[in-house]
Amino acid sequence: MSDFDANPRTARSAPDRLLAFLGKPRKAIELLLELADDELILGWRDSEWTGIAPTIEEDVAFSSIAQNEIGHARALYELAAAELGTTADELAFDRRPEEYRCAPLVQLRRLEWARTIARHFLYETADALRLEALKASDDAELAGVAAKIDREEAYHRMHAELWVERLRASEDGAARLREAVEELWPYALGVLDAGQRPEYARRVEAAVGFSLPDAEPVERGRHEPELAELLEEMTMVRRSAPGAQW
Amino acid sequence: MGVWEVFRQDRKGQPFEHAGSVVAPDAGLAEVYARELYSRRQESDALWLVAREAIRALEPVPAEFDLSYRRVDGYSLRLRLREARAALGKAESR
Repeated sequence: MSDFDANPRTARSAPDRLLAFLGKPRKAIELLLELADDELILGWRDSEWTGIAPTIEEDVAFSSIAQNEIGHARALYELAAAELGTTADELAFDRRPEEYRCAPLVQLRRLEWARTIARHFLYETADALRLEALKASDDAELAGVAAKIDREEAYHRMHAELWVERLRASEDGAARLREAVEELWPYALGVLDAGQRPEYARRVEAAVGFSLPDAEPVERGRHEPELAELLEEMTMVRRSAPGAQW
Repeated sequence: MGVWEVFRQDRKGQPFEHAGSVVAPDAGLAEVYARELYSRRQESDALWLVAREAIRALEPVPAEFDLSYRRVDGYSLRLRLREARAALGKAESR
């Protein structure tokens, strides 16, 4: 029996150390947490459009997409939680800001429509590549969850791609899209492992219709100042009553 | 922006019923919006989307004559069913 097993509080706040101690397949759980954190934080960011999206239909649709992302996060946290002996809620809400593994792309707060669409499109395109790899994983449970997530992401991709086409259809829209994609591209690269990036760039270029700038990837592990603010707000209610049963 | 009328089917085999409408700039986004507005809680098995311009609305047929005799209001189906069941029960108990 170790201190980590005996003390759930430590386990909650330090999956890193817990993992190292238990000697679990580190890579698999790290990957689960990366994915789950990406989905949770992007879902949260996208939900900031609820009530202020350009049309009512878009408002409901984009909010629903945001909720789906959070649902995917839950499924992934549950897989990780089963391995780590904790719960999805504890993984989602009780970690320290520096322990989140989400890509900087999803942390950014960009409440501007062209940037929102650009990020949505860049993320979904990266996620498609990542899910393709996961669906072929040896871990049957992970492959199954990836397949389920991918079936829902197909509709998110459709939404993102339709908006990209829509922006490209006018001169003003195309210019806004290009500016947003160029600004976010270094961050977008950070979502995927280096090996997947050339294919990723090829797919993005095919959809946006221009060459992407050379960029230094903004890698996972970096924490943007916006993330701390987001986490502060996201965990506010939960922290107001520690240990409560909701 | 155009209006699309949305019809939803609860379960396979059930009739499609008018669910409402969505306003969208094109058919593609209309599909996305219809899916998110009318099946995001898994309340629909299938959806139909019809551009409002594609609907041919007919004027109401003028009521020139009393056609009430064509209706079946006076014919109590419940009573006939009860009689049929009673007759069947008698037949089975024999």
